[in-house]
Amino acid sequence: MPHDNHDKDHDLDDHHLLPSEPQLKVKALETILTRKGLLDPVAIDTIIDLYSHEIGPRRGGELVARCWLDPDFKQQLLTHTDDVLEEIGFSGRQGEHVKIVENTPETHHMVVCTLCSCYPWPLLGIPPAWYKSDEYRKRAVREPRTVLAEFGVTLLETQSVQVWDSTSEVRYLVLPMRPPETQGLDQDEVVKWITRDSMIGTGLPQKPEI
Amino acid sequence: MIKERNFPHDMGGEKAGPIPLSLKDFDQRDPIVFKEEWHARALAITVLSGAHGKWTLDESRHIRETLPEDDYRSLSYYEKWVSGLAGLLVRHGLVSRDELKTGDAVVQPMQDQTLRGDQVKSVMDKGSPSIRDIDHAPRFKIGDIVTTKSPEMTAQVKNGHTRLPRYAALKKGVIIAYHGGHILPDRNAHGLGDAPDHLYAVQFKSSDLWDESDDRDHVVVDCWESYLT
Repeated sequence: MPHDNHDKDHDLDDHHLLPSEPQLKVKALETILTRKGLLDPVAIDTIIDLYSHEIGPRRGGELVARCWLDPDFKQQLLTHTDDVLEEIGFSGRQGEHVKIVENTPETHHMVVCTLCSCYPWPLLGIPPAWYKSDEYRKRAVREPRTVLAEFGVTLLETQSVQVWDSTSEVRYLVLPMRPPETQGLDQDEVVKWITRDSMIGTGLPQKPEI
Repeated sequence: MIKERNFPHDMGGEKAGPIPLSLKDFDQRDPIVFKEEWHARALAITVLSGAHGKWTLDESRHIRETLPEDDYRSLSYYEKWVSGLAGLLVRHGLVSRDELKTGDAVVQPMQDQTLRGDQVKSVMDKGSPSIRDIDHAPRFKIGDIVTTKSPEMTAQVKNGHTRLPRYAALKKGVIIAYHGGHILPDRNAHGLGDAPDHLYAVQFKSSDLWDESDDRDHVVVDCWESYLT
């Protein structure tokens, strides 16, 4: 058994066998895998394209806009989240199980993953660098109000803060409060107010710049 | 005596400087997805290598968090991914240490299980749900007061993987949601099977976690039933 332990420890160091420059390290690994037939170069491009263009915060924004405009849809989405997301085609990797948390004048929700970087990929895409930073992971749970201030978010006097630490495969999406100025706007107009950060809880909906 | 776990990834509640934000982070219309091209490639090769089915997401999280502490602290986000990937590829026999060292390998035909470009979208859309049927009823219901164990108690393997953050250890909370039965990462990360367990959202008063917290605020942590008493 000691031998097993030795091997186990060893594979945590294996990456030191690769070049130290990160881009060379990735390139080296990619080359090895491609040569061995373990990686399809076309699949690399497809996946990058998918998360650069197709799967991103626009999807979450569409959901929020529909919730604001259509109370029946909102009710359905909040109670049968995974079924509705699957029906619309917004489910998938890192968003197999989703819970939507609704901001109210009493509670402001925000989302973090203190242990790694869990994030609802099918609804918001790949997380921004700050979401994955040690600073956000360390501070969001302990001092959410000072963190929110750094993001320029002012809470209502009446609002408590509830921070959701994504420790399981359940992913959280914040449903921000609808700004009164958006009354009377249609879906295409409303959706422009919904920012990525407002769905993480580190921002609020914003009047779009003309 | 059990050695105190000191996993640097378990960092919730530590003190730190300002959140690294740049003006570009606030450009909500065209948010930056990948700051560098190699970040995108690191993500792609990690996800695609996982498609061979040799390891679980839980194992890949665990190998990243057990990287030597100096590596964990000094490596950037996607370097940690690639470093974890290198270890997984060797551990599961897809790549040899010699190949890593030389950066070279004998050319072989595309393997059957290699995910092809035209399969990517459907595989990503499908994901891999962690929900599982459980043959016994959940022990807790919404509104119940529970107490968490500690990471040393929940981990099923010595110094093994667990998803109970240290800041939420040995604290009283209240069940506010039930998520169904889910794969238990503490076993799954070590190849010990799905071992599904009931999963709950447990709400803690922030002031029970940290003295200085605002009395009105809360933190919610998803906890498996085996994390709770």
